[in-house]
Amino acid sequence: MLSILAVDDSPSMRKMVSFTLTSAGYHVVEAVDGQDALEKAETHPVSLVLADQNMPRLDGIGLTRRLRAHPRYKGTPILILTTESSDQMKQAGRAAGATGWLVKPFDPVRLIEVIQKVIR
Amino acid sequence: MADTHQESAGADFDLTQFYQIFFEEAAENLDQMEQMLLNLDLEAANDEELNGIFRCAHSIKGGAATFGFADVAELTHQMESLLDRLRRHELRLIAPMVDVLLESADASRSLLARHQAGGQGEAISTHDLVRSISELASGQAPAMAPQAVVPAPQPAFAPAPVAAPAVVPEVGADGMRALEIHIGPLEQLAQADAIKELFRDIPGLGQIEDLPGEVADMRRFAVRTASSNDDLLDLFAFHVAKDKVSILAAGACPAPAPAAPVAQSPALDAARPYGFFAGAPGVPVDEVAVAALAAAAAPAQRTAAARAAPEAKGASQASMESSTIRVAVNKVDQLINLVGELVITQAMLAQNSRGLDAGVHQQLLAGLADLDRNTRDLQESVMSIRMIPMSIVFNRFPRMLRDLAAKLGKKVDFITHGEATELDKSLVEKITDPLTHLVRNSLDHGIELPEDRLAVGKPEHGSLTLSASHQGGSIVIEVRDDGKGMSREKILKKARERGLDVSDTMPDSEVWQLIFAPGFSTADVVTDVSGRGVGMDVVKRNITSLGGSVEIDSAEGYGMRVSVRLPLTLAIMDGMSVGVGDEVYILPLSSVVESFQVNEGDVNTVTQGSQLVKVREEYMPVMSLERIFQVPRPGGAGSSGNNIMVVVEADGSRVAVLVDELLGQHQVVVKNLETNYRKVPNVSGATILGDGTVALILDTGALVRRARH
Repeated sequence: MLSILAVDDSPSMRKMVSFTLTSAGYHVVEAVDGQDALEKAETHPVSLVLADQNMPRLDGIGLTRRLRAHPRYKGTPILILTTESSDQMKQAGRAAGATGWLVKPFDPVRLIEVIQKVIR
Repeated sequence: MADTHQESAGADFDLTQFYQIFFEEAAENLDQMEQMLLNLDLEAANDEELNGIFRCAHSIKGGAATFGFADVAELTHQMESLLDRLRRHELRLIAPMVDVLLESADASRSLLARHQAGGQGEAISTHDLVRSISELASGQAPAMAPQAVVPAPQPAFAPAPVAAPAVVPEVGADGMRALEIHIGPLEQLAQADAIKELFRDIPGLGQIEDLPGEVADMRRFAVRTASSNDDLLDLFAFHVAKDKVSILAAGACPAPAPAAPVAQSPALDAARPYGFFAGAPGVPVDEVAVAALAAAAAPAQRTAAARAAPEAKGASQASMESSTIRVAVNKVDQLINLVGELVITQAMLAQNSRGLDAGVHQQLLAGLADLDRNTRDLQESVMSIRMIPMSIVFNRFPRMLRDLAAKLGKKVDFITHGEATELDKSLVEKITDPLTHLVRNSLDHGIELPEDRLAVGKPEHGSLTLSASHQGGSIVIEVRDDGKGMSREKILKKARERGLDVSDTMPDSEVWQLIFAPGFSTADVVTDVSGRGVGMDVVKRNITSLGGSVEIDSAEGYGMRVSVRLPLTLAIMDGMSVGVGDEVYILPLSSVVESFQVNEGDVNTVTQGSQLVKVREEYMPVMSLERIFQVPRPGGAGSSGNNIMVVVEADGSRVAVLVDELLGQHQVVVKNLETNYRKVPNVSGATILGDGTVALILDTGALVRRARH
């Protein structure tokens, strides 16, 4: 079973994302923010990272940067969830090494579609 | 709401199951936001605080949008925009911003409450709030006149432009606009039917009709609505992607074009719901690009490391969150109930084993001793689950005082001590209203107007202190102010007017207690805050019904202190067990004053068989439990063994309860009789004794009231 690391500081978002992914047959590891995600990524190898952008301690783009520096996560798909897909955000996401972005609010079906396009 | 989605994904994405957790989370975020807003220093708001407030609004917005609460999402989006400009230092923080944000938090709360109740009732209008915020966010002073004709400017950080051509539709006289909405290209045209359902489900949204003329994989509708394009798009977003919706003014629109190029137009890229970065790691294209990008990402690490310091502050909060779990209160109550049963069983075992020979049953008795200790520990731990800090109550006051002080034109510093003091959840809920009343009273009647304070040499700002502390088995909550205090003469005068029995030589403590008499108010002016004469008696009654007491201390000109003493929990009570015939009754120990053996000569029978007993030159009514509960006597009615009086006090009066014997004092686990059986007069609850029999816990307040009639 493929594992996905779902990172969001909002418990309801996390539950919802987690539920959506689990329903689609993925194993989900949850993290409450970027810092937590780094620790989880170390102990639980995952095939994809789905991270909220705005979080305390370490945001999604910061998380992406650090994960890319990790040998195991050099090529792992990392998707950033944001509320606005401004060019500025996209530039920053791209520079950090994110694979793509997804705009909140997202629809569960779309989320699965996007993930299926990149997960291996 | 997403039938078509369910089919295509083959899974049940019912979001309603996450509503509750979202509501709780949003409520927490709103509370936190309010707290932080109240603590903001206008002159020197630090980034950490502004970021924190921003994040609260941001979280609520994200959740509200995802769960389809468009009104909340819209309002919090505006708040977020304003906060975003503030934290970027593009705007200077001014008091009206804090006001409007607090108001918006209140509005969000009420909107959420409405959603939580299933959308029942009228939704409050957030139109003015949204406009005030966006005016502030754009750097303008808020419009004083609400009927300003100038259209509201867009907030500086408005959402990314949507895929709608810039055609300003004609607005009709009724405020309705006629629009044409094109949706597509869609793989399943039925998806667009959800849009029609929206118009049916949301009253006031407007009318929708199908437009003739099929275009491949497109649907077209004629719509009449008063909602803005943004609002419509936000609503539609839950059913179809924004980039598949075009909103056009009716008549002004071109012939329906095949929509494929629209979706790919680079100008509209911003509104796409997702995308991949060409050549980024993870995009399944070519491996070479991946390596190049990964290398490019390396220098960025320094930036991340440099930011680690400010991030550390949030660490404790985050770790707090992950180390707590949310449990439904009824689960905890069930646990407490079970432990109560266990305590009773343990007590029965202890009682039954008392006669056993310690030599023969050494191991059994050692085991029972362990059981005794472990049960006690378990009970204590379980009770502590229900304990919540007083800060839950205290936190609501800064906001209330701020609003109230502004209304009354007073200046006050609010100080709290002992917020961490813990109290049973059910008590916390019940103490909130009486405390609110006391705090209001202090501000309204105690603390003087700034000019009056200055005139008597006090600092302009009054101080109001709320403190909580544990004292023995009770919690003591104090409301203290440095206002004008109470006037002994005024209270005595008022008491005489009301026909109360008072004398000029009464000690202060008794004089202060007079204000708890029903309908008593010494306020010269009845304000809409307090002073209507309902209140202090209700406060006292509520606190007494919780097994607590109230004391007042006052010095005219210097202030006043009200101390509320409460038991730590309602689930366990110290009781005195008394025997009448074969029955056992429990009297709350807190209301027992004294007990004595009665001599026949001390009891006088007055009219209709009611009796009085003379205790130290004072007559008090006698309540015979035997008569009240009609306790059967094996030896017939004449063989009364009644010869002990227990004096109990409630509501400021005393009665002597006539019983056969005193059995002892112990802690009892209180069981609610109303939920398990039905309400019984003169009884407040029941408990199970060590031998397994049920004993009724007497309601001393009811006994006292009974004696009065």
